Amino acid sequence: MNPLDQTRAPIYEALEQFRKMRVVPFDVPGHKRGRGNPELTKLLGETCVGMDVNSMKPLDNLCHPVSVIREAEELAAGAFGAAHAFLMVGGTTSAVQSMVLSVVKRGEKIILPRNVHRSVMGALVLCGAVPVYVNPECDERLGIPLGMKVSEVERAIRANPDAKAVLVNNPTYYGICSDLKSIVDLAHKNGMVCLADEAHGTHFYFHENLPVSAMAAGADLAAVSMHKSGGSLTQSSLLLAGPNISGGHVRQIINLTQTTSGSYLLLSSLDIARRNLALRGREEFQRVIQMAQYARQEINDIGGYYAFSKELVNGDSVYDFDVTKLSVNTLDIGLAGIEVYDLLRDEYDIQIEFGDLGNILAYLSIGDRPREIERLVGALSEVRRRFGKKGAALMKQEYIEPQVAASPQRAFYAPHRSLPLEETEGMVCSEFVMCYPPGIPILTPGERVTREIIDYIQYAKAKGCSMTGPEDPDITRLNVLQAWKEEPHGILV
Amino acid sequence: MEFWFSEEQTPNVRFSIRVDRQLYSGKSEFQRIDVFESPEFGRFLTLDGYMMLTEKDEFIYHEMIVHVPMAVHPRVRDVLVIGAGDGGVIRELVRYPEIEHIDMVEIDPLVVEVCKKYLPKTACCLDDPRLSIHYADGLKFVRSPQERYDLIIVDSTDPFGPGEGLFTREFYGNCYKALRADGIMVNQHESPFYAEDAVACQRAHKRIVESFPISKVYQAHIPTYPSGHWLFGFASKKYHPLRDLDDTRWNLRGLHCKYYTTTLHKGAFYIPAYVEELLKDVE
Repeated sequence: MNPLDQTRAPIYEALEQFRKMRVVPFDVPGHKRGRGNPELTKLLGETCVGMDVNSMKPLDNLCHPVSVIREAEELAAGAFGAAHAFLMVGGTTSAVQSMVLSVVKRGEKIILPRNVHRSVMGALVLCGAVPVYVNPECDERLGIPLGMKVSEVERAIRANPDAKAVLVNNPTYYGICSDLKSIVDLAHKNGMVCLADEAHGTHFYFHENLPVSAMAAGADLAAVSMHKSGGSLTQSSLLLAGPNISGGHVRQIINLTQTTSGSYLLLSSLDIARRNLALRGREEFQRVIQMAQYARQEINDIGGYYAFSKELVNGDSVYDFDVTKLSVNTLDIGLAGIEVYDLLRDEYDIQIEFGDLGNILAYLSIGDRPREIERLVGALSEVRRRFGKKGAALMKQEYIEPQVAASPQRAFYAPHRSLPLEETEGMVCSEFVMCYPPGIPILTPGERVTREIIDYIQYAKAKGCSMTGPEDPDITRLNVLQAWKEEPHGILV
Repeated sequence: MEFWFSEEQTPNVRFSIRVDRQLYSGKSEFQRIDVFESPEFGRFLTLDGYMMLTEKDEFIYHEMIVHVPMAVHPRVRDVLVIGAGDGGVIRELVRYPEIEHIDMVEIDPLVVEVCKKYLPKTACCLDDPRLSIHYADGLKFVRSPQERYDLIIVDSTDPFGPGEGLFTREFYGNCYKALRADGIMVNQHESPFYAEDAVACQRAHKRIVESFPISKVYQAHIPTYPSGHWLFGFASKKYHPLRDLDDTRWNLRGLHCKYYTTTLHKGAFYIPAYVEELLKDVE
């Protein structure tokens, strides 16, 4: 098969072929084309349950692909300009974790922005690597973390020349991009690999007016959330690798944690979504860009709201902006983003991606139509009319510099005790505290709890943000390391 | 040879009309548009296969959606009509000389073009000098005006498809904002009879109740609509549809109607027990 023939969808084609053969199943899954679970079949439809089959010769095997899955991966690599592509069925979380686990191990350092997704922190707990945080600049007006300045990355590299890798969000949840190309060059010059979390950047590969993609920038690995802007089913994702990475090694790492029963619903959705993007991605995302720009203009015309875009670009901490992201600052209508998020859902039946203290994000994609955009804009104008307040002073989100005292793995597994939140000041935390969404850690295992952090947790809770991570779901208590001796020589690994 | 138009009013109920010939079939950016000629109902218009109007019974719908609010509001000068590409609502409105301006917002220019050509009985008055036709999304159009209209008539299609945005909380809220302090909004309110329609009807009522201080429902009998029993919503900032009905004033106008009378106006607000209950559940 010609690897450049993007009109093909080998997994999908093999499934179609397989269906026509009417093979009698004496293998798993036990629902046997849905017959064993008629209620599920009624819900999902016969086509869907009939495609839920096991790995077998004509359909290949995700753990060791040699035929149709391999062809689908080659086509995906071609479509995204990568040397290797891996179809992932454990979400972009598993893509991010495989990416990190592929390049760092116990005690090794990885340079990353603080606003990394929780999946990166999970990977560090798994592998024992030590995080070196780069403070993402914070936009004072919007209260959002920005990208990493190249100078800050350079400083981190100089202070930690033994670090193995640099990880970059491309883009952040809010659509902010760092100068990826320069960071890649900087990392490579210092013998480090560069990883990109592209959970929110699938579309970068298919339109020239969008920020540079990780593979085009020369990054070594990229986790790409096909199910977000790419149109595949939830939980399906891609891991891309550049030419300097051993595909065989990455496959071994993936197989440590990936299921041996990869879902063909997810795999075929990746295959079909890739084909669609390769053939029609440009025009599709052109439409998305136009809708987002239209929506931004209309929302800004309402007054009070600030739907931000490329005017934020400053050549450094905001090197580029993803114009498909419809992020709106709500502070000037006197409402927190999370309040607008709740009002849109409860009053107007509109579910948006997230609300934080000062902003909301509406996720636009290839499935959107102008009429839904009109509903969103209409609802936002109504939210302002009905609920808007004047001059409400809202605390802004602030970047709280983490104080890393132990590696996440060490702290996660060390003996700990539970204390009331108020009494934990000065202690070393052994669990995660996330404000979710947007899922940026406030505390990760191994970090010192400060007064500022305690205040922030209490404020965010009071504002209705969903706080996740700790054993105590209400976060009235926090787990801290039991016997903690200061490590005078730095970080405990 | 037999030629029948059938509409699935529910997955289990079919409504059919014998057709002489199809006059038009086309597809716009928004929907499929068809016009047929039938022995029983004259010409009729369907959008995406759903019955919109027939020449035989359209008078019921159009008289009821226009004259009810016009007999209540003492002085209507500015009217906003959403939808209504067939022109029936406009035909009834232009009978009132005190109306100074009508903005009609129809999303689909092809509907207007087709109706002008094939349905002259309803589209007769679309050239009235007081009328401005805007081809735009209704939800978008109503977002900007503030206290500009005395009456808003929402002549929407069903809440599935292009008309969906006209059954939303944000739309009704924007209408409230666009109405003057004594403004009235009237909308086609679906049927309470079949289960799925009833849910749509209930949802619409809930959202209107949340948006307007006065919100009542009235009914009419429209043979070609699912179940034949159709509701309209009367939402208002100030006037009550019965207490503020000035029947003498309206009757002195000498407008001749085939369905509407001020006596029927009063009766139309007395709705069946099960409908009352259905609506009360969300009030």
